[in-house]
Amino acid sequence: MRRFATERAKRLLFGSLLASRSPPSAFLCSSPPAAAAMDPAAGVVTVDTINPKVLKCEYAVRGEIVSHAQRLQQELQDKPGSHPFDEILYCNIGNPQSLGQQPVTFFREVLALCDHPSLLDKSETHALFSADAIARAWQILDVIPGRATGAYSHSQGIKGLRDAIAAGIADRDGFPANPDDIFLTDGASPAVHMMMQLLIRSEKDGILCPIPQYPLYSASIALHGGSLVPYYLDESTGWGLEISELKKQLEDARSKGITVRALVVINPGNPTGQVLAEENQREIVNFCKNEGLVLLADEVYQENIYVDDKKFNSFKKITRSMGYIDDEIPLVSFQSVSKGYYGECGKRGGYMEVTGFNAQVREQIYKVASVNLCSNISGQILASLVMNPPKVGDESYESFNADKNGILSSLARRAKALEDAFNSLEGVSCNKAEGAMYLFPRLRLPQKAIAAAKAVNAAPDAFYARRLLDATGIVVVPGSGFGQVPGTWHVRCTILPQEDKIPAIISRLKAFHEAFMEEFRD
Amino acid sequence: MSPKPLDYESLNENVKKVAYAVRGELYLRASELQKEGKKIIFTNVGNPHALGQKPLTFPRQVVALCQAPFLLDDPHVGILFPADAIARAKHYLSLTSGGLGAYSDSRGLPGIRKEVAEFIERRDGYPSDPELIYLTDGASKGVMQILNTVIRNEKDGILVPVPQYPLYSAAISLFGGSLVPYYLEEEANWGLDINHLRQSVAAARMKGITVRAMVIINPGNPTGQCLSEANLNGLLKFCFQENLVLLADEVYQQNIYQDERPFISARKILLDMGPPMSKEVQLVSFHTVSKGYWGECGQRGGYFEMTNIPAKTVDEIYKVASVSLSPNVPGQIFMGLMVNPLKPGDISYLRFVAESTAILESLKRRAHIMTDGFNSCRNVVCNFTEGAMYSFPQIRLPPRAIEAAKSAGKAPDVFYCLKLLEATGISTVPGSGFGQKEGVFHLRTTILPAEEDMPAIMTSFKKFNDEFMEQYEDYRGYSRM
Repeated sequence: MRRFATERAKRLLFGSLLASRSPPSAFLCSSPPAAAAMDPAAGVVTVDTINPKVLKCEYAVRGEIVSHAQRLQQELQDKPGSHPFDEILYCNIGNPQSLGQQPVTFFREVLALCDHPSLLDKSETHALFSADAIARAWQILDVIPGRATGAYSHSQGIKGLRDAIAAGIADRDGFPANPDDIFLTDGASPAVHMMMQLLIRSEKDGILCPIPQYPLYSASIALHGGSLVPYYLDESTGWGLEISELKKQLEDARSKGITVRALVVINPGNPTGQVLAEENQREIVNFCKNEGLVLLADEVYQENIYVDDKKFNSFKKITRSMGYIDDEIPLVSFQSVSKGYYGECGKRGGYMEVTGFNAQVREQIYKVASVNLCSNISGQILASLVMNPPKVGDESYESFNADKNGILSSLARRAKALEDAFNSLEGVSCNKAEGAMYLFPRLRLPQKAIAAAKAVNAAPDAFYARRLLDATGIVVVPGSGFGQVPGTWHVRCTILPQEDKIPAIISRLKAFHEAFMEEFRD
Repeated sequence: MSPKPLDYESLNENVKKVAYAVRGELYLRASELQKEGKKIIFTNVGNPHALGQKPLTFPRQVVALCQAPFLLDDPHVGILFPADAIARAKHYLSLTSGGLGAYSDSRGLPGIRKEVAEFIERRDGYPSDPELIYLTDGASKGVMQILNTVIRNEKDGILVPVPQYPLYSAAISLFGGSLVPYYLEEEANWGLDINHLRQSVAAARMKGITVRAMVIINPGNPTGQCLSEANLNGLLKFCFQENLVLLADEVYQQNIYQDERPFISARKILLDMGPPMSKEVQLVSFHTVSKGYWGECGQRGGYFEMTNIPAKTVDEIYKVASVSLSPNVPGQIFMGLMVNPLKPGDISYLRFVAESTAILESLKRRAHIMTDGFNSCRNVVCNFTEGAMYSFPQIRLPPRAIEAAKSAGKAPDVFYCLKLLEATGISTVPGSGFGQKEGVFHLRTTILPAEEDMPAIMTSFKKFNDEFMEQYEDYRGYSRM
């Protein structure tokens, strides 16, 4: 305190000396500073004085292992040959186009025309763009006042685009959707944040989240000062979601004085990849209804399904097919342009469909959305395209369908190849990736390895992941970043490296794992 | 019947406290009237393209090419796109790893952050570190991130000018902090008086508030004033003495309509001061592609630059940025294009300069037309719009008008603005949305309606106003503070 007082006195003295030297101004009064209450906490913004919720929040997907990988990448650039691998393979993040996946041509044609609408007034444009892309661009620009793609839109997003998205949802589900229920956002993540902000009043408010989960949820809950109430997915049954587990965790939380407000379901799952069965979904809906929970349905991987015996059903469809009408089930469904076969992560496009909330609450959601004015227009346009792709008979349909199927079938093959590879490793078991973009193999590490990890203050899966990176250049995220049953270890690996790289990845992985297990054999 | 999980009562209190008038009551009413077929002139938000301003050609050409890189391989591309746009598109694509569709670094593409740093160095004469520049989905997201980092609880106070752009009050409410107002002096051209600052801080401290940061908006919103060098000097010293982090909202730095006070960045003044202050005062500066003569609001492109923020704090800010993965890449490219403009000799240079100059000169003329127009109205006094995009006339409402407003259950300026809207279709934002001294009323309008529409708009306003004043005035004259 005394040191601070001296420091502050110095500042005051120095400041007033300067003040007396500065030129006179009509708007500046250089009288000596008034003595104000001294507060040691009023300070320079340091890690000790920032919002503790910021400190609490964690996000492993771009965490420590990635920083280390970036350092190695720099070293490779500065000194080629300095590591036993030629390149870093980022398998930590669902970022398809950074690993060579090509964007859907039709979507990009439309976006380019909307970015530069004066192209549409030139006859030469027909030589470079397909006719239906031109037609779609016209359609879209017609619903944007003044064709002004550079203007802030309605805070929920452009009405005409929401109409199109609602139509796309209705097409998908067989049940109608209301454009006024849709809030277009810069990716699905901001929409998740908005809901957490709305729902969480204090640390006594809990949100049920699957374990393992995509750490946006844990991070967002921490940032908003709430409590994460975990429910464990069952690895032995393909990451099954048991209502009995939901009930158990809910009651447990309530007995600790937590008001559980919502249930997060990620379908298809991340990192786990499971696709929920319809019956399971119905149980979940009833559970939410009976317990008074908001259902937060993260459905961003709805177009990434790799198995024939499972189908994506939106929770919206499920509730309506069960006969529930709008205001009976508060349900927020999240969708994004970042995943699927389009993989347009960098565009930041997405939406939430908000149903079952009364008008007063919806006003509050609108109000929060309005502070940021609107999401980026190009992302809004892309969301409307993703929900309304070319149809049979459209000029671009053939090539579009080829793009789409090419990507999806390749993803399915890569999912299988990597799943088999992990399962072939000693002590490793890996559930099938029914959907999404990830594998989440379980590692049964020898005691010696666990001890070695402890010795360097690392979680065993982080230790393994680091060793894997140093030996092969492959970047995966330790399972602790997603949550797991205590005492079990996993890593999350994406299925996204290009198909021609997969054999090399698999052989390097196998070689590393064999050597690792040898080194730490009990 | 099972309990409703999300009733108004069970919402986060902080959300309920938020008010953002820019898209509040007046805007919603205007939208309703528009649906009913009434012609509305939206002057509620700084949204140039919505009022007919055309986008600059070159950036749109570049971004279109980046969206559809297969065009670059087409032999006909040169018919539709000039060579420098093609070259620039290739340049930006080379800065990405995977084009527009890949998440970038959570801070934004390093290559573009480097261009921003170079811009700042050219502008201020001091080098800037790209590692301390974070690109964001619009400046607003950056402001929210920084405020969320600073505010711990309701005892943390943020100094905010009154009148202010209500993003600040909204964000402070949302994050559960306290807004500590400092009043700008309308009679002194919305000047900033350090004494008033000191008084505000002292009053806050007496209430047990820890004042942590000071916001300046330069040029001002809604007030338009441009801070002088002396002003900036004084307030930086103040921040040094009081240990405050300065948050400098400089999004209107390209919008300057007078020569006496050109734009000078807070960072330049700080660094001019030399040590110890230049090394100790914490500063975060914000900029955007939404304003200036670009007006690309819909792209959501912005950045913040940190000065003297400790490395560990920067790490925490990075961590939170990483949760949202990355800012949108097209918006980042717009930012790159804005800070790295065309040069004389470039094919598109002359056209770019012509387009930019036309916009800026028209804005300047419109600033004058509007100020003069308001000043010609009964009971209306209006400071000149020195910068930014708004006019903030003071409306001296007669006592009977204030009574009528009360009977209608509306704040007096809301009452006036609703009547203005119904009569003329002009949609403004009442001054209460920005803060004003007790009993003094204003409205905010933008200077953005097309120049050819301006005379008619001002005539329409004058007719409404003068009739309103006649209706509500009595022999005692107008109401004033």
